[in-house]
This record gives sequence, structure tokens and C-alpha cells, in this order.
Amino acid sequence: MKTKGKVAGITSNMVVVKTFGPVAQNEIATVKLGDERLMAEVIKVVGDNAYIQVFDSTRGLGVGAEVEFEGHMLEATLGPGILSKNYDGLQNDLAEMDSLFIERGSRTAPLDENVLWSFKPLAKSGDKVEAGDWLGEVQEKWIAHKIMVPFAMEGTYTVKSVVGAGDYNINHTVAVLTDAEGVEHPVTMVQRWPVKKAIKAYVSKPRPARILETGVRPIDTFNPIADGGTGFIPGPFGAGKTVLQHAIAKQAEADVIIMIACGERANEVVEIFAEFPRLDDPHTGHKLMERTTIICNTSNMPVASREASVYTGMTIGEYYRAMGLKVLILADSTSRWAQALREMSNRLEELPGQDAFPMDLSAIISNFYARAGLVELRNGATGSVTFLGTVSPAGGNLKEPVTEATQKAARCFYALSQQRADSKRYPAIDPLDSYSKYLEYPEIREYLDGRIEPGWVDLVNKGKTIVQRGKEASEQIDILGDDGVPVEYHDNFWKSELIDFVILQQDAFDAVDANTPLDRQRYMFNLVLDICDRKFDFADFQECTEFYKSLINLMKQLNYSEWESDRFAEYRKKVDELLETKVANA
Amino acid sequence: MATKAFQKIYTKIENINKATVTVKAQGVGNDELATVGGKLAQVVRIVGDEITLQVFQGTEGIATNAEVVFHGEPPVLKVSDDLAGRFFDAYGNPLDGGAPIEGEEREIGGPTVNPFKRIQPSELIATGIAGIDLNNTIVSGQKIPFFADPDQPYNQVMADVALRAQADKIILSGMGMTNDDYLYFKNLFENAGVLDRIVCFVNTTENPPVERLLVPDMALTAAEYFAVDKGEKVLVLLTDMTLYADALAIVSNRMDQIPSKDSMPGSLYSDLAKIYEKAVQLPNGGSITIIAVTTLSGGDITHAVPDNTGYITEGQLFLRKDSDTGKVIVDPFRSLSRLKQLVIGKKTREDHPQVMNAAVRLYSDAANAKTKLENGFDLSDYDERALKFAKDYSDKLLAIDINIQIEEMLDTAWKLFAKYFTKSEVAIKAELTDKYWPKNA
Repeated sequence: MKTKGKVAGITSNMVVVKTFGPVAQNEIATVKLGDERLMAEVIKVVGDNAYIQVFDSTRGLGVGAEVEFEGHMLEATLGPGILSKNYDGLQNDLAEMDSLFIERGSRTAPLDENVLWSFKPLAKSGDKVEAGDWLGEVQEKWIAHKIMVPFAMEGTYTVKSVVGAGDYNINHTVAVLTDAEGVEHPVTMVQRWPVKKAIKAYVSKPRPARILETGVRPIDTFNPIADGGTGFIPGPFGAGKTVLQHAIAKQAEADVIIMIACGERANEVVEIFAEFPRLDDPHTGHKLMERTTIICNTSNMPVASREASVYTGMTIGEYYRAMGLKVLILADSTSRWAQALREMSNRLEELPGQDAFPMDLSAIISNFYARAGLVELRNGATGSVTFLGTVSPAGGNLKEPVTEATQKAARCFYALSQQRADSKRYPAIDPLDSYSKYLEYPEIREYLDGRIEPGWVDLVNKGKTIVQRGKEASEQIDILGDDGVPVEYHDNFWKSELIDFVILQQDAFDAVDANTPLDRQRYMFNLVLDICDRKFDFADFQECTEFYKSLINLMKQLNYSEWESDRFAEYRKKVDELLETKVANA
Repeated sequence: MATKAFQKIYTKIENINKATVTVKAQGVGNDELATVGGKLAQVVRIVGDEITLQVFQGTEGIATNAEVVFHGEPPVLKVSDDLAGRFFDAYGNPLDGGAPIEGEEREIGGPTVNPFKRIQPSELIATGIAGIDLNNTIVSGQKIPFFADPDQPYNQVMADVALRAQADKIILSGMGMTNDDYLYFKNLFENAGVLDRIVCFVNTTENPPVERLLVPDMALTAAEYFAVDKGEKVLVLLTDMTLYADALAIVSNRMDQIPSKDSMPGSLYSDLAKIYEKAVQLPNGGSITIIAVTTLSGGDITHAVPDNTGYITEGQLFLRKDSDTGKVIVDPFRSLSRLKQLVIGKKTREDHPQVMNAAVRLYSDAANAKTKLENGFDLSDYDERALKFAKDYSDKLLAIDINIQIEEMLDTAWKLFAKYFTKSEVAIKAELTDKYWPKNA
């Protein structure tokens, strides 16, 4: 029997409901408003009064309206057919909505019940299974989508039967499990899971030991993100957060990409809708859209479902991770999520923390980031969720609560600098402020020794030192003037510029330069470091400047040339020739 | 907004403060309109039978026995083709002495367009101003504000843009506009003979500030009528969004909400986004393009209003006075159009992206040279030439008094390149340089 209630008060999208029975914190409620059904979530209970936040506009709602409590928390629907869908924050399929406008209370099913999936059994009767174990698989796009023992089933079960290979829809019973008491539990291809709870159907969560290749040089070479790692990108508006995230989404070596457009511009999502179905995944050659799911809650969609959207995305990510897949979740922007928390906290009249954000903001962010990670499954397979969020700090000032809270939780930090953006040095990732904690992990160092070359991390640190030295030289030059410092200062400055222009800057709109595979990154970085090791003899700073300008120009052409093409070889030769002219004098 | 017959009249107001009154009533819906002592008000909070009403014109003179009548509906605008050529106040009542509009009633601040039904914007809007067309090209369905200090002629620039853009309808939403500016727009539109394409919703400084909150929603409801129902290309002008935000802050303060940065409400981002995100390219060919004004205080873009705006809009056009030429220019460094990539070099000549970048790069070299000069260092020959180029570039292309076609802008840029630099200094792809470098240079 569902608990009923009646609306007793309204402030914007927060509604007070007088309840006639038990209610749970975070329980989902449905508010009746004429023919419309508004979905809401319990966020506070005081005596008989439940405070619910409505995921829609409450315009026209009055005291006395009927409310029904659904007996469960906000859930995601998990099953085959999620890939290449476009959902809103509550997992409504946007493509299935008929009208141009999102009418209030409109709901669409997350999965298509009419599609037949070609099922192949993996378990057999008599097998002992637990939540998350694979019972069978269906082919979803090019991924073997595992049908698992529902995560909500606690304890050990015995497989009574599994259907034979064949085509079934998602609601067809594909297996029957028996619990210790002998009670039978039918299992279909669909399960539901409360989005705010982490899915824990794994044996262990080891430290990440590999890097996730993104093809973006300042990330992979300078500050790599681990497969199963966490990172965030703070930056003022116009610094290129979105372009960078889109580049990563297009190129990252992941099986599944989940893009959460959280409180951002609708036209940016339209860009993904328009581009991804056309573009190829560089690792498999399939269309990008086939591995991508978009959770889209743009800035003008209801604030409460914006908060839900990041959890919905994370839950879907964890679901695919449990199949032994590499999942990358990109959220743009987590600041908008934090603002949604602030709006509700404000309406609940909680005592505010810094900048009126809720006091537990830091804990909420940490908990969320902690859901990412590499996991070892019961069958020995591994899966991962890598999470990369953007942060939009107010006024571009990194000393604000969301940035600071995220910094405590995320292991990689990609600071986008206004100064770099102003001088069109894209991606505007600041090489000195940014960091990747993973470079300190012995297991990652070891992995990079094997994957790229022995001693790679030392080379990276050397590169960072050169950039640092160049920055110091440049400050000296600015103070003392071009003529006021030894030529060596100019040499140091230009060596750091060489790294900047050739490694750190990358043209996201150029077909070749946009994506640099690791082999090519190794080659270019070694080439650049090799040049930095050389000592050149310059008569004056002008000669030095001229030389490096020409060198940078040639090296940039190298970046624009197809890997190992004739054009590449040609520019490579020109680089050598140019170097010869100076080495001879040395 | 006429009240309907047989409505219950309440005459016992419980509480009155500067902006709101509280009255005990039944059967009231959230966001519903009411009349309190003849003044328009809106339901903002319901606690049991206690209804809090925000009185748009302020509560001065309202007595505890004033009549409160609920209208049974949220604010609406009557839409029809008759809107064209008309001037309205914040409530949609005619300001021009004409008859009220007859037409379908639409709730203002209506639902969101499903992002999946949107079309990627791809149509260039030419304004004749090179600082915009060349460097920060605007596309239909885009939302972009002018960031300007109060002394900049932003309303004039916006009016120029509006009149030159090939829009089917221009909808002006004036918030906290001085009466002088209102008359300026009115005369300008009348003299230009474009009245049949104009709709205006205006709240002047003579009106209470809280009324401003209705103006953009009114304007955008009219815009959606023309764009969605009629498939027209609609240009919406919002001036000044900073004053709109001030009104938000006033209301939030009077509702005892905890202020966040710069005393603005914590929901500022969502409040602004709800307006700006109405910009859309529709599948039926109709579109809503929003050009707004956000006035700054001393060029400070870190203030909560321009800062939140920058995260919402697709770029910004930054106006400043150029000391070299004495003209107002569209600052090429701080301005940005995020959607220009969709049209430049595709809908415009092939050399557009490269010419744009080269010119801005050389202009930035000039800025560096200027810093050097100010710090007392010697200038190289290149620095000298860059400085001369910057002055010419600012005068012939960046200044807002320019009105030329995009091809001519590109040709002008090439001429300036050739006048001051060598081909290798300009560093544009060889194919393009061969084709467009002035022959007689």
C-alpha cells in the first residue's frame, strides 16, 4: 500500500506534504496536478510533513493536491539499449518525446521494450551466483552486453534455469534463480537501481595501474589520467573546457562514454547530437555514437533533475563497468550540480557554508568521485569507471568552494588558464599548475616503462623542469629587457616555448593534430627533449629568437603531418637541417 | 488583465512588508496572479492557507483591508500577428494608446524546447560591423551579450545590429531603460520604417524595478509565437540584463533568501539561463537569436552577473574605447563568439578563419610592443610596424562605426597585412596568401 499525502505548502519547487503513513528519505513521490503527474523526491521529513523537491515547475499547484509516495528511491533502469540514447537527468528518452517543447510531467521509457536481443547464455543450471554475476550476454552495438544477477539481490543463489540462445525482448525471463530458502526469482534483462547508491558488485577496488589514452598531448604526456582514475578541469568561461571535453570524448580509448551535460548550453549538446553519429571512434572504427550515451539536463531544464543527472550517469557507468568494460564519464559542469544543491539547501533554510553552498558540499563531492575506479569482478575480469568533471569557478577564481572540494577528491587537476586562452594557446591547460597524482604511483611508473619506454616518468619530470626554468627566464627578461640578460636566458625561455608549442598546444580542429597516439607522443617528446639537451651557440638574442621561431614552425608542421607520411619525413629532415646549422658552430 | 466574475474577494491582509503581502485564502495555485488593492501581484509562497503575494509595484499604500482578488492563472500574453508594430509595458498592456491585442492566451515563461529537437545553428547574421562579422561572427539561434561599461554606446550598437540583421521580427525587451533610451529606440524604429517588424516590451526607470522580471518572459513568449508558430527568424534584444539581475536580487532579499556572490541570489545562474536558453534554431526554419546587454562596473567581468552570463551565453562582445583612435571598438581579445566556427570559412570566404586569427595575433604583438614601450625598452622595427598596423586595424576594422560586407572586411585585412608586414610574418597558409595577397603591394 503506497503512502498518500496532501500538499500543505509550496515555495518554488519545494513542496511540503502532509503525509498519512510512513515515508523514507529520498523516496520518490508523485504529485497530482489535474491530468499531470509531477515527479518529486523527499528531501526532509519533519513530523508528519515531508519536504519534497519537485523535478518540474510547480506552477498552478495548490494546497490539498494529492501526493502518492512510490516506496522506492530515484532509480535508473538498466538493460540493453542504453548506448547511443539521449536521456534527460531522470532517464527519460528525449528522442521519444513527440512535442517540440518538453511538456511538464512528460515521461518516456528509458529502454525500448519491442527490440529483440539475441541472447546467449553464459551460466548454466546449478551454478552458484551472486549479484553482478553474468548469466548471459546480448550484442549491443559492438559490445557484449552482459545480463547480470540484479545488483539488488543479496546473498548467494543457485541458477535453476537459463533460457537457450534466442531472440527475446528485455522483459522476457531469461533465468530463474533459487535462494537459500528455495524461493524462485525470475530474472529479466532489465533491472533497477537507486542512483544515489554505489553499485558494489565487485570483489575489490585495486589502485589504478594503467593510463587511459586520450590522444591529448598535455594530458597523456604531461599529466596522464589513470584508467579508473578521477580528474577535473576547472577554468573560467572561454578557456576551452567544452572543446577539451569533446576532444577527450571523441578520442579516449574507452569502451563506453557517458557524457553528462549538466546545466550547460543546449547548443553544445546539439553539437554532439549532430557530430557523433558521423564521426568514427579512432580505436574501433565504429561510429562514436555507438559507444556514447548522453545525459542531457541543460541549464534551462529543472534544477532538481540537474542534481539527479550526475547520479544517473554514474549509475549507468557502474552498470557497464560490472560487465568488465572501460567506461569514461565526462560531466560538464559539476559546478552547476553544486549550484543545484545550493538552491535546495537554501529553500530548506539550512545554515549555509561558504558562498551559501551547503556545509556538506565537500563530502557530497568526495562521495561522488569515490564511485569511480578500477574494480576486479568475481569472475576475475576487471572493469573501470574513469571520471572527468569540469568545474566553472565563479570569476575564474580557483579559491571557491566547488573547486576546493573537488581538488580534495580528484587525483588529476587540469587547470585551464585565462592567460593561455587569451593568447590562443589551446588547450589552455597550465603546464605548471596542473598535476596528475598518478605519476607518483609506482605501478603507473612501471606500466609507463613498459607501455611507452623505460624511465618515461623521469623524462616527463625533466620536461616540466624545462618549462619551469623557461618561465623564470621569461620573468627575468620582462624585468631586465631583452638586452639586459645573458643569451642563455633567451635559450632557456625558447626551449620551454618549444615544449609549449610542439607538445602542449594542440589543434583540436585539425584532423591530424587533434589526436596523437601514444607512440607518436613518445617520438615527439623525445625529439623535443633531445633538442632541449643540445647546446647552441647564438651571437645574440635575436639570432636565438629567429632560430627557435623557425624551429617551432617546422615542428608544428610535423604535428600537422600524417604520422610517418612522406610529408612528415620531409619536415623531419628540415628540422635536422636547421639543427645542423647551429650544431656546427657549437 | 481583467478579473473574472464570481471571484471571491478577500479583504483581510495578515502581513505587509516592502514587497509582499500575506493573506489567508483557499484554492490558490502557485505562480498565480492576483490583484491587491488594484495592484498586480503574484503568488510566491503557500504555507497552508497563508498565501504570500509579491506585489510588483511595491506595497506602498496597501491597507490591511485592501481587496485581494485571485485571477486563477499565471501571467499570460495574448499572441497574434497584431503584436507587430506595438509597444507594451511589463504586463503586456499597450503603451502606445492602441487597442489591447486580441489573440490566444499563452503562459509566459513556458516550457523548454527539447534539446533533441533543436537544429544546429548554421545561418550567419551579418551586421556590417567588422568587430563582429569578421572576428566574432554571430549565427542565428545564438545568444550573445554586449559587455559594456555604462558609458559605452551599447544601445546604439545594438540598434544598428538589429536594423541590419535580416530578421523577420525584432523584439525589444527593455528593462530599467531610461525614458530617453526608450524614446531613442522608438524614434529610430519609426524613422527606419521598420515598425511592422518590431515588438517592444518596456519597463522604464519610472516603473517599479520588480516589474522588470516579467519583461523578458513577455518578449520571449512573443518571440516563440513568431518563431515556432510562424517559422520566422526572430531577433530578441535584451537591455539591460544587469538591471534585470538587480531586480532578482531585490526580490530574493525581501524573501529572506541567503545571498551568494555579490549579493545576488544563489539561483542567478538558473534564472539567467532560463531566459538565454530560449535562443534556438528550430527545425521549421524559425529561430530565436538573443542579443543582450550586460553593463559592467569598471570593466569587471568577474562580478556575478557578467560571470554567470559568460558561462551561459555563446560568447560575448566586449566594447571599449580605443585610446589610439578615440573610437569605440569591439575588443578582439575579450570578445568571443562560440558559434562562429559553424559559419566562418563555410558560409563566408575560405580565407576568413586564417585572416581573422592572423590579424588578432598581429594586434596582440602590437599590444606587447606597447607594453615594452611603456616599460621604457627599445622597440624593434617589427614592433614599430605592429603598432602602426594596430592603429589602422582598429580604425578600419574594429571600430563600431564600420558598415561593410564581409568580403570587403577580408580584403581590407589583406591590404593592411601587405602594407605593414611580409608574407612570412603574417604566416597564413601559402595557398591563401598566393590567392589573396594584394598584387600591387
